[in-house]
Amino acid sequence: MRYDALIIGAGLSGLGAGIRLAQFGKRVAILEKHTVWGGLNSFYKLGGRLFDSGLHALTNYAPRGERTKPLGRILRQLRIDHDALELGEQSWSAVRFPGIELRFSNDLALLRSEIARAFPGEADAFERLLADLPGYELLDGSSSGRSARAELAGRFREPLLVEMLLCPLCYYGGAREHDLDWQQFAILFRAIFLEGFARPAGGIRPVLDLLVKRYKAEGGELRLRAGVARIVVERGVDRALDRGVDRGIARDFDRGAAHGRVRGVVLENGEELDAEHVYSSAGWVETLALCPPEHARGVGPVEPGPLSFFESLTVTAEEPRALGFDGTAVFFNDSPRFDYRSPDALVDPHSGVICTPNNYATTEPLTEGLLRVTLLANHAKWRALDPERYVAEKARAAELALAAAARFAFDVRGKAVFQDTFTPLTIERFTGHAGGAVYGSAHKRPDGKTGIDGLSLVGTDQGFVGIVGALLSGITVVNRRALEGAGSAS
Amino acid sequence: MTNDEIVLAIKDIIATIAPDEELAHLKMDVRLREQIELDSMDFLDIVMELRKRYGVQVPEQDYLELATLDGCVKYLGPKLADKQLKLASRA
Repeated sequence: MRYDALIIGAGLSGLGAGIRLAQFGKRVAILEKHTVWGGLNSFYKLGGRLFDSGLHALTNYAPRGERTKPLGRILRQLRIDHDALELGEQSWSAVRFPGIELRFSNDLALLRSEIARAFPGEADAFERLLADLPGYELLDGSSSGRSARAELAGRFREPLLVEMLLCPLCYYGGAREHDLDWQQFAILFRAIFLEGFARPAGGIRPVLDLLVKRYKAEGGELRLRAGVARIVVERGVDRALDRGVDRGIARDFDRGAAHGRVRGVVLENGEELDAEHVYSSAGWVETLALCPPEHARGVGPVEPGPLSFFESLTVTAEEPRALGFDGTAVFFNDSPRFDYRSPDALVDPHSGVICTPNNYATTEPLTEGLLRVTLLANHAKWRALDPERYVAEKARAAELALAAAARFAFDVRGKAVFQDTFTPLTIERFTGHAGGAVYGSAHKRPDGKTGIDGLSLVGTDQGFVGIVGALLSGITVVNRRALEGAGSAS
Repeated sequence: MTNDEIVLAIKDIIATIAPDEELAHLKMDVRLREQIELDSMDFLDIVMELRKRYGVQVPEQDYLELATLDGCVKYLGPKLADKQLKLASRA
């Protein structure tokens, strides 16, 4: 069977790419290893309840009609009505460090007034940051090579403010330790502080179902339990080096690395599928591992991302509001310095994210309370545990998480009616991301090019994050291909 | 398709891509981008719909020809001469 395009992974980026390809009239199939779609942002049933596996909040919130913002752009491109998402806006969120808090909401006025209150000397510098922040027309996810920390240190006199601004941005999209690239900072700053948080009614499941429905309506094929065993690459002439457009990628290759053209994939069940193009959302490292070794050799930095997380989910009979918390997310750090790195221990209880889906404006209130706490975690350390220790350490890490939540937001200890936890190993198992690296490799490939003709990356390793970012990544890569195709066809 | 029908066809495609836009008062000789919010991605969608609905191929170097409704009529006239108008938008 010959396809115009095959997509590896039915996550948000794969679905976004799939819808666009199908709209362009391409014969396309999405190949998903699992029995459900969603990838990093999926859902699961446990103990009679439906949980979102990854969703804290939809960042990049924009009201209906704001079409130049990323949310408006993706809805328009995918032809999905804003109302269909039933987005409820957050109440407020906060960055909490010892003895100091900065609240923010989807109205920038709140963060402005909070900075003026907590850091009166920095209000002007904050306005200058807003004015100088690169706009979306300049943001393609590429690396500026500039450190956000260095940039902010040059703008603010108060180191504490720099740490507090970085904290939520790192947790919601930082793929590298300690710092963000200035471009990434701008993308995340806009997504979180300027646009803000919302929650689709019913969580991620209705959004995913909507996307799958759109995809199928356009004629796309979705195959579940269709894990890809390998990507078939035909060794070819050195076209990537000849063509000017690929020069950026060519630089990353050592002399001697083979170039080739994608021919299709072989599924885990042995079935062979031929295709003109393959779009992989598996991640950069993971995609290369599916390619013949001569193509993976000599290609730029390929180590897995260094950062992974532990997360605890606690269901309570009472809603968080009844337990004294009416916010949506708290990004906490228990010292003046924020250390965003893989911890030396299994988890780092000194910093993290506390959030709940309960406190969004919604017409369908949730019947129970849910608290999610995310902590930085060390993949290698979790991996080294024997099964018995693993179970015990999960319980211990959950206690640390709930203690942190009690200190920085609200206390659910003794009130849990149900609990679940996941570790870097859980993330690795369900997302296929090496090292359980939620945000992928520290080295991004914004144009999605791989050095192999016809093989493109979509998703996390392009440098876009979140629901909106993932969809945008799939859409942009396909659009760029369509433009190149339109040019060469003439 | 007549020239008037080509204008209808383009407006219908724009209505599909950008359902919120008010298209009744579009001027023929002013760039579409100056009258309504259309970016380069949207032009890609206009071209995509032309191909899907009418089998018309517009290579990228010709996109500029579609900048105004007058331009659309002039450029697409010969290509759409023997095609039937198809309306798809909810409008």
